[in-house]
Amino acid sequence: MTIGLIDTGCANIASVRFALERAGLNHVVVRDADETGDCDRLILPGVGAAGPAMDRLRARGWDVSLRIDGRPLLGICLGMQLLFETSDEGNAACLELLPGQVRQLPRTDGLVWPHMGWNTLEAPAADEPLLRGIPAGTHVYFVHGFYVPAGAVTRAQCDYGAAISAIVRREHVSGCQFHPERSGLAGARILSNFASI
Amino acid sequence: MLARRIIPCLDVRDGRVVKGVKFRNHEDVGGIVELARRYAREGADELVFYDITASARGATVEPEWVSAVAREIDIPFCVAGGIRSVDDARARLFAGADKISVNSPALENPGLIDALAREFGCQCVVLGVDSRLIAGQWRVHQFTGDPDKTRTVERRTLDWIAEGIDRGAGEVVLNCMDMDGVRDGYDIEQLAAARAACSTPLIASGGAGRKEHFKSAFELANVDGALAASVFHKRVMEIGELKAYLGAEGIRVRS
Repeated sequence: MTIGLIDTGCANIASVRFALERAGLNHVVVRDADETGDCDRLILPGVGAAGPAMDRLRARGWDVSLRIDGRPLLGICLGMQLLFETSDEGNAACLELLPGQVRQLPRTDGLVWPHMGWNTLEAPAADEPLLRGIPAGTHVYFVHGFYVPAGAVTRAQCDYGAAISAIVRREHVSGCQFHPERSGLAGARILSNFASI
Repeated sequence: MLARRIIPCLDVRDGRVVKGVKFRNHEDVGGIVELARRYAREGADELVFYDITASARGATVEPEWVSAVAREIDIPFCVAGGIRSVDDARARLFAGADKISVNSPALENPGLIDALAREFGCQCVVLGVDSRLIAGQWRVHQFTGDPDKTRTVERRTLDWIAEGIDRGAGEVVLNCMDMDGVRDGYDIEQLAAARAACSTPLIASGGAGRKEHFKSAFELANVDGALAASVFHKRVMEIGELKAYLGAEGIRVRS
């Protein structure tokens, strides 16, 4: 098992890399799609803004290669949002691997923006492989101002002024809005679950 | 539901964790990685590292220990101290820090906040504010890592918080200097005033001494997190025990 960790040059991939190390999961950092020959699954991490991140993915051909890739893929945070069609953040066109749009979290009265901190996973799908051993109500660490409204591909949600997609999946394409690499033991379990899909 | 955060703060000087009273007389309390590991294990929700000499000396924090911490712990952490440019911030974020906090350099150059938010997203950018009551007004202090260089600037604390958020700060840590290190409780009045001016997460800092102080900060000032140093460093209370107390008092915490 080898995970290819996609480095677009604009995301902080150190914390994901260290989390994979702590979990004892074999991985390599890949910059271009033609470097993934040894990988049987891929992680698309993401910190930053949707537009610049998509520019970098396109510059390295990931927009095309991921569309025809059948390996298990896990997008993290912005990386998850990029799996969808478009993002309201800078009106960016995204990878279109999953149906849906990324919206700005409502700035509701009484709720601070962005959504930052430990929040609970709700309504987990019983058959979601990423959630093996993770009960409903488990706290994981979120930091985001944009979100994918809970919908057809949502496998667990989180409530913060809106029903947020916390985990999404369609076939081999999956994502976490929260940061498993910074979510303590639960996060480590989710990464291990991804490695055993 | 979103949990309230308990955040140990590690003041770093010359590669060690130190703690002073009202920003003076620092004593050594341990190694950086060793304490980070202990707090993560005990249930801390996040850690903040302040390089308290960095701004005053015109130096910046060393990414080496940032990376050592990132390798070791599985909770988020923020690095503060002498981040004067987008490049300074990038070095720390790429070393594995989740957020960077700016304080003195942002007072000198407020546009730094805009530049950091544009480059990394506002969720990465924390505005640290050191504040003290002067002639009936809360005022911002600068260069507080070094007593000889500490000075008060003209800005009013609440104005500065609002400006920082407008410029793109995604979180505010308000350090109430009059309470720092004396363990008499958080400055509820100032925090509540800041809460009203702050649309982003707000973190209380300065004054934690007893469990009830945390409860008051959450209940009366509605802060998102509470930061403390000496009570944890000196083992006045364990984080697990504090969170059990808060949970029993009806405050939502991560167990």
